[in-house]
Amino acid sequence: MSNFDITVGPGTQAKERPVYSRGAREVITAGLVKRYAAEKRFRMFGMAGIAFALLCLFTLFATVVGSGYTAFWQTMIKLDVTLYSQDIDPDGNRDREVISTANFRMPVRQAVFALFPEVKGRQEKRLLKKIISPGAAFQIRKIVLDDPSLIGSKIRILAPVSDDLDQFNKGHISAEVPESDRRVSDMQIAWFERLKQRGLIETTFNWTLFTEGDSREPELAGILGALSGSFYTMVVTLLLSWPLAVGAAIYLEEFAPKNRWTEIIEVNINNLAAVPSIVFGLLGLAVFLNFFGLPRSAPVAGGMVLALMTLPTIIIASRASLKSIPPSIREAALGLGATPLQVVFHYVLPLAMPGVLTGTIIGMAQALGETAPLLMIGMVAFIVDIPGGFTDPATVMPVQVYLWSDAPERAFIERASAAILVLLGFLVMMNAAAVYLRRKFEKNW
Amino acid sequence: MLDDHTHEDTGDSIENRRNTMTLLALKTPVQGKLTDNFKSQVPGKLDPMAWADAKISCRGVNVFYGNKQALQDVELDIPEKHVTSLIGPSGCGKSTFIRCLNRMNDVIEGCRVEGKVMLDGENVYGSGVDPVLLRARIGMVFQKPNPFPKSVYDNVAYGPRIHGLAKNKDELDEIVFRSLENAGLLGEVRDRLKAPGTSLSGGQQQRLCIARAIAVEPEVILMDEPCSALDPIATAKIEELIERLRETYTIVIVTHSMQQAARVSQRTAYFHIGHLVEQGDTDMIFTGPRDKRTRDYVMGRIG
Repeated sequence: MSNFDITVGPGTQAKERPVYSRGAREVITAGLVKRYAAEKRFRMFGMAGIAFALLCLFTLFATVVGSGYTAFWQTMIKLDVTLYSQDIDPDGNRDREVISTANFRMPVRQAVFALFPEVKGRQEKRLLKKIISPGAAFQIRKIVLDDPSLIGSKIRILAPVSDDLDQFNKGHISAEVPESDRRVSDMQIAWFERLKQRGLIETTFNWTLFTEGDSREPELAGILGALSGSFYTMVVTLLLSWPLAVGAAIYLEEFAPKNRWTEIIEVNINNLAAVPSIVFGLLGLAVFLNFFGLPRSAPVAGGMVLALMTLPTIIIASRASLKSIPPSIREAALGLGATPLQVVFHYVLPLAMPGVLTGTIIGMAQALGETAPLLMIGMVAFIVDIPGGFTDPATVMPVQVYLWSDAPERAFIERASAAILVLLGFLVMMNAAAVYLRRKFEKNW
Repeated sequence: MLDDHTHEDTGDSIENRRNTMTLLALKTPVQGKLTDNFKSQVPGKLDPMAWADAKISCRGVNVFYGNKQALQDVELDIPEKHVTSLIGPSGCGKSTFIRCLNRMNDVIEGCRVEGKVMLDGENVYGSGVDPVLLRARIGMVFQKPNPFPKSVYDNVAYGPRIHGLAKNKDELDEIVFRSLENAGLLGEVRDRLKAPGTSLSGGQQQRLCIARAIAVEPEVILMDEPCSALDPIATAKIEELIERLRETYTIVIVTHSMQQAARVSQRTAYFHIGHLVEQGDTDMIFTGPRDKRTRDYVMGRIG
């Protein structure tokens, strides 16, 4: 349409070219070799680093899986138990009180002795009765309480063998080792082999591991208590830290004036992320337990301590994510007359959500694996009952791992590895959730 | 109000421009009905009473970013239902100036505005003025098309929704369709209303942004280099649209393209390193600039 003359003014004269001893082209060609070599070197360092990391990861997994997978199996023994009514219910009136306090170890012992009638000596008998877990007595009590009509009859139960025999069966205790150095005697091994030949030994999936709380007996111990404890603790942590952290991030990033005070706050939030976690535990002990009088060993207190620890992680990640949202979107909404709060909640926060969620899940994963601060508020106690709420005494998965790995029984070490596997499984699930959520929210662009 | 003949005349007047320049004669401005204030002039102080004629009047506008002064003592009148273009080399402050008009500079850290920007005789920097309401009255279209990450429909519906302009779904539908129609986009997106706004082409996105702005029924539309990211065909469409929108809205456009300024605007203001050097009817700025800097710029010697 228009035809303006874009007149070029008095043109700039070409400046004198710099003079190299050789032509610029030769200089560049000579240098290229070095530049490419540097790049190749860097790539090789990178690949070597990744290979080393993969090797370490593989070693870790191999070790944990290798020592932990057997915990998912349990050696059981088929036992015929005769429930004499004079032992269990002498009065014969089927009173639950009487039955529940009856001595059920007696019928178990009789059943075990019945397997090997030839064993006579006191010493041998003591060894013999140790081949079965004390859990068998609890098992029978439960069966009898559920159906008192069984009293007087003979029942067949599948009871766990003692943890030492279980370990022997799984090959963790070798018969090659001198008898004095191992926890199962030659005699017990001989009995076990005979039971195996008679077809009374069975290996089943170790459901106990997932349905029970902690126990003094490894074969009766499970992770459900610690898992529930972790669950309740995480719920408290998430409910407290997420809204607080995201709110703080939004305020600091979008609304707070940029002055010396907010700068100090920002520096301190970053510092807070670097505070050793045990310090948060001490704070929790002093403030939540001693000052506010929250229950000791309870998920509510543990969750609050972990929330404090998680806050800076989520705040920092959320702020970075909010900051990365292009100003054009803010301007578009502001230009239409949206209030700053509407701009944040309609556009900036939804767009920043993938980053916010990534930060949250990293923080939560960190909290899920945290032990030290929980030791300070008493979540390291030996707790058999499965917690049913936020104020029940509880322990958490990593603390359970710590407790079991500290135990003298070989079977507990195995279970600690199994607990680590379960914990890792949860972490993988959380990361998968992070990836999924990130994808889901990014699609909205 | 002004007649429509300006529209048809624009092409002619640009064609004539070179002749006019060679003849060294000043062409009569197309808009004869403007007051004296709107004639080309090198700024001295404008008459404060000129507010009565202008939609927006700026008096003594200074803008600072921290300690750095970006605009010095800008005095400019923007007539109603005309297109006013702001031209000048990069960094001259024209974008800064346009953002003063709807207080978009408020959100920039360390930005300070002095002076008066009168919208219908009321200072937008006055204490009683709500920036949210102001931005509803003065819409803005940005350099880079920035549709929301939402559907085409929701993009346009957002403004009416937050301001509660529609009582029900039918009314909202009507506003959205009318806005898209007025932005010349409805035909192209009628069957893609649920598609994300970002899936449109660049030119369509920019027209979507215009539709979004006019859905709030503003009085003024500010356009900050709306075509700089678009190809010539998309640019032509936007320019046609501006031509049409001028009947209803007061438009201020920042542009780097002098041809564009000549094509779409009736008024032009030339900025140079923070100063408003010259303002006047577009024809006069391009054919008979009084300031040497303006002359150099419009003749392509600088910028």
